[in-house]
Amino acid sequence: MNITIRDVEHVAGLARLEFTESEKGQFAQQLSAILAYADKLGELDTTDVEPTSHVLPVTNVMREDQVRGSVSNETALLNAPDEEDGQFKVPAVLE
Amino acid sequence: MTEYNSYETVIGLEVHVELHTASKIFCGCSTSFGAPPNTHTCPICLGHPGVLPVLNRQAVEYAMKAAMALNCTVADISKFDRKNYFYPDSPKAYQISQFDQPIGENGWIDIEVNGETKRIGITRLHLEEDAGKLTHVEGGFASLVDFNRVGTPLVEIVSEPDLRTPEEAKAYLEKLRAIMQYCDVSDVKMEEGSLRCDANISLRPWGQEKFGTRAELKNMNSFRGVQRGLEYEQMRQADILDGGGTVVQETRRWDDSQGKTFSMRGKEESHDYRYFPDPDLVRLLIDNEWKERVRASIPELPDARQARYTSEYGLPAYDAGVITSSKKLADFFEESLAYTNDAKSVSNWIMGDLLAYLNQTGKEIDGVAITGQGLGEMIGLLEKGTISGKIAKTVFKEMLESGKLPQQIVEEQGLVQISDEGAIQSIVEKVVTANPQSVEDYRAGKEKAIGFLVGQVMKESRGKANPGLVNKLLTDYLNR
Amino acid sequence: MALFDKRLQDVHNELAAGKLSAAELTDASFKRIAETDGKIGAFLTLNEESARARAAGLDRDAGAEKGLLHALPAGIKDNIVTKGLRTTCASQFLSNYNPIYDSTAASKLRDAGAVTIGKLNMDEFAMGGSNENSSFHPVRNPWNTDYVPGGSSGGSAASVAAGQVYFALGSDTGGSIRQPASYCGVVGLKPTYGLVSRFGLVAFASSLDAIGPLTKNVEDSAYVLQAIAGHDGMDSTSANVAIPDYVSALTGDVKGLRIGVPKEYMGQGIDPKVKEAVLAALKVYEGLGATWEEVSLPHTEYAVATYYLLASSEASSNLARFDGVRYGVRADNPDNLIDLYRKSRSQGFGDEVKRRIMLGTYALSSGYYDAYYLKAQKVRTLIKRDFDQAFENFDLLLGPTAPTPAFRIGEQIGDPLTMYLNDIVTIPVSLAGVPAISVPCGFADGLPVGLQLIGKAFDEATVLRAAHAFEQHTDHHKARPQL
Repeated sequence: MNITIRDVEHVAGLARLEFTESEKGQFAQQLSAILAYADKLGELDTTDVEPTSHVLPVTNVMREDQVRGSVSNETALLNAPDEEDGQFKVPAVLE
Repeated sequence: MTEYNSYETVIGLEVHVELHTASKIFCGCSTSFGAPPNTHTCPICLGHPGVLPVLNRQAVEYAMKAAMALNCTVADISKFDRKNYFYPDSPKAYQISQFDQPIGENGWIDIEVNGETKRIGITRLHLEEDAGKLTHVEGGFASLVDFNRVGTPLVEIVSEPDLRTPEEAKAYLEKLRAIMQYCDVSDVKMEEGSLRCDANISLRPWGQEKFGTRAELKNMNSFRGVQRGLEYEQMRQADILDGGGTVVQETRRWDDSQGKTFSMRGKEESHDYRYFPDPDLVRLLIDNEWKERVRASIPELPDARQARYTSEYGLPAYDAGVITSSKKLADFFEESLAYTNDAKSVSNWIMGDLLAYLNQTGKEIDGVAITGQGLGEMIGLLEKGTISGKIAKTVFKEMLESGKLPQQIVEEQGLVQISDEGAIQSIVEKVVTANPQSVEDYRAGKEKAIGFLVGQVMKESRGKANPGLVNKLLTDYLNR
Repeated sequence: MALFDKRLQDVHNELAAGKLSAAELTDASFKRIAETDGKIGAFLTLNEESARARAAGLDRDAGAEKGLLHALPAGIKDNIVTKGLRTTCASQFLSNYNPIYDSTAASKLRDAGAVTIGKLNMDEFAMGGSNENSSFHPVRNPWNTDYVPGGSSGGSAASVAAGQVYFALGSDTGGSIRQPASYCGVVGLKPTYGLVSRFGLVAFASSLDAIGPLTKNVEDSAYVLQAIAGHDGMDSTSANVAIPDYVSALTGDVKGLRIGVPKEYMGQGIDPKVKEAVLAALKVYEGLGATWEEVSLPHTEYAVATYYLLASSEASSNLARFDGVRYGVRADNPDNLIDLYRKSRSQGFGDEVKRRIMLGTYALSSGYYDAYYLKAQKVRTLIKRDFDQAFENFDLLLGPTAPTPAFRIGEQIGDPLTMYLNDIVTIPVSLAGVPAISVPCGFADGLPVGLQLIGKAFDEATVLRAAHAFEQHTDHHKARPQL
């Protein structure tokens, strides 16, 4: 799989990362190598194989609908980079 | 003005319903509405590093209940997936939702528009978590985030593109609300956001099978807004098509105050949500025993009640439909019937004075004081002749406001009907003496003149005279 | 004998007899850190004031019931959340993060009486096998400070090896406890997936992550596991199984134990000196009455690719929450919201983290999901089946923990794929979710070599028993680096 600079830019956009031009080139080359290695999996016939998303056969884990304490507003905002009126503040969502 | 009826409109709705569990779907924070910002949050719903979700059983059962009430097939195996996107109201930058194994699929509901019943397909119902709330400040240059709402359990109900008019869309939404209300899984209040609706709408020339290009409509915050937004969009698209243009596939925001939709293009980039099974949650196996237990908790639904009201009580289908469109109204109707057998009369009072009052005040039945007992007993007093129809209207109004029972109102205000012939006779004589001209007119053949005299007697008795007796005694006197 | 080289039971006896105090143990820990950490860089944050106060409290309440780990100085890997004690995951992004809650593992350690000395260095967000990916400073191998300690729990392994703490907690996603344990000559246990709660472990790859102990010997490992194992209602993937008494399982008896040696773990790419040490270990087991045979885990060669696709995909989603809105370091003067996200994340994350996020985002993106993510999940099934089949005939699988001893700092940086292949014998075990331990089994060119023992799911007792028996008949674990 050959990853182009455009692919790097597209994926970086999805992942909310930004790179310099030289970083883009480096990532394109490294990701291409890793994916070329991953293409090895194509050797295996997995037609009738179920995917494993959990190794444990655990199902139906649920809690009862009970209210447990929340944290204070102060605690919620303890690590906030910016805040106002008890809320988290961010630059405009709409540009 | 454009002739939009040269096109067929195709509408599908995506409805989000907040489930009224006590705690959030994946943590123990309260879901109650209206708390100060960021006071119903914890490390889990704030998406702190290292936290994990644990599913609320009640949310699953409410979703199953809703799915069953919408005639969906409930999955044997269901799972949760992550929907990845960055937005400040989404703390983990992914929403836990369901992608390919939703709780329910392939359902339907019947709606009635212009006296005709139409079946609308429901593609799927899935369970997910709600987002936080953003407020724009500093003239739109900054936003504040409140995470109280984040993690409230939601079901998203996606309809088939079976709706053909904005009226049908509104009827579908109202029916959906009624069903959720009957199931008691949600408060379904559009104004508080516990019921939210997005729409896909497209136009195509009549007879064409292929769907036209659709627009996705957001921000319709009331039932009326849904209908108006769709009506506007219908016109807008027809204008474009008439002009030989093409409709752009995009998301549009309904602005209720301007009565227009606006493109959100450029403000929403193309999405690639990268759904994958959430490794922090395990699969749900829903066996028949569980399904049956939940199914048993579903009460009689609006369609069944409507049918029963027409067959059992002989109500007109329309009246039965209106009364059963709200569970609380239907419950009020049935409560009244514990105190009177005259179902038609109860229905008439509801359809008339009660709904007029509710529409006028913008209240719902649980926002007024009247009880079913009050209405039932009032109808009893009418039947016995204790009060007149006119007095009843006064009593009814008083019940709406104070919730007192009719007997008490009648006694307190001295509203008992006068049925004593002697007492009425003396008023009749007094009125006749005072209005010789009317008496003359009547005797000259102007029968209408009696109406004026009856009115005068009623006025003299302050409305309490039994109108039947007044009529009889007055006629007897004049014909003497 | 150094204080931390004493057996746990002896330490507790001395405490009970009043010959030793929690304050002295804590003091010894900070003293040793002051002497040695400038050379190895194991710690990111010290908890000195609180630790001393806690030790004093434990000494004061001498009459109170003693926990399993009473008064023992502990280091905690910095991706395990500790309330009020800075937790950074060795990332600039979280360099100011003050946790508002405690992980289940940290609170269980406290319940067991341990004293948290501080937070241990690691590869950023546990991504890496050399500790060169810490965004603060690398960790150096106590046996030779020109060499890496392994990773990602490199700080945990180095700190225990250097005698700075009595034990440490680490986390293992594809070998991150076992490989550094091997490089640093300590004991590292990765429990069965789900045995130890992940609540409060900052997620790297949720379907693989496991917390486990790094200790000087197997007995300590059993004690620490005893304290942290068990079902947790806060973790939906936590197993609801009965927890055996791990310490009493250490009988020293391995007679009749059937050991399988995966031929894929002893073949190409394995350093001859490492292989020699493993074969010598097999001789020890033979001498103790165990039997061994070669076995095949045929899908081993696909494990690394499978792992990097799955772990990176999960990581790309797990690390999306680091967006600069609620916590962490927000970039200065963003133009708008998207700029805030991009700058905060690009400035806050190091290259390896970005590489994995990019790989994972790509593998999950539209058009590639089936070819990469789903395919890898299916191959994971095949790899797990290899283990299921092997365990039909064997009680335990045995091999090296890493193909080579530690390498020089800087030697493999810039070549991610080679670095990934260092995990070839630990990754399959993680994919299968079964437990494994690394115990010292010798030296190659002055650097420790680790022996990996792999057990059936939830059969930590057998893994620990076999490792303990080996330890009882060898002296490798007694060697200490000179610092």
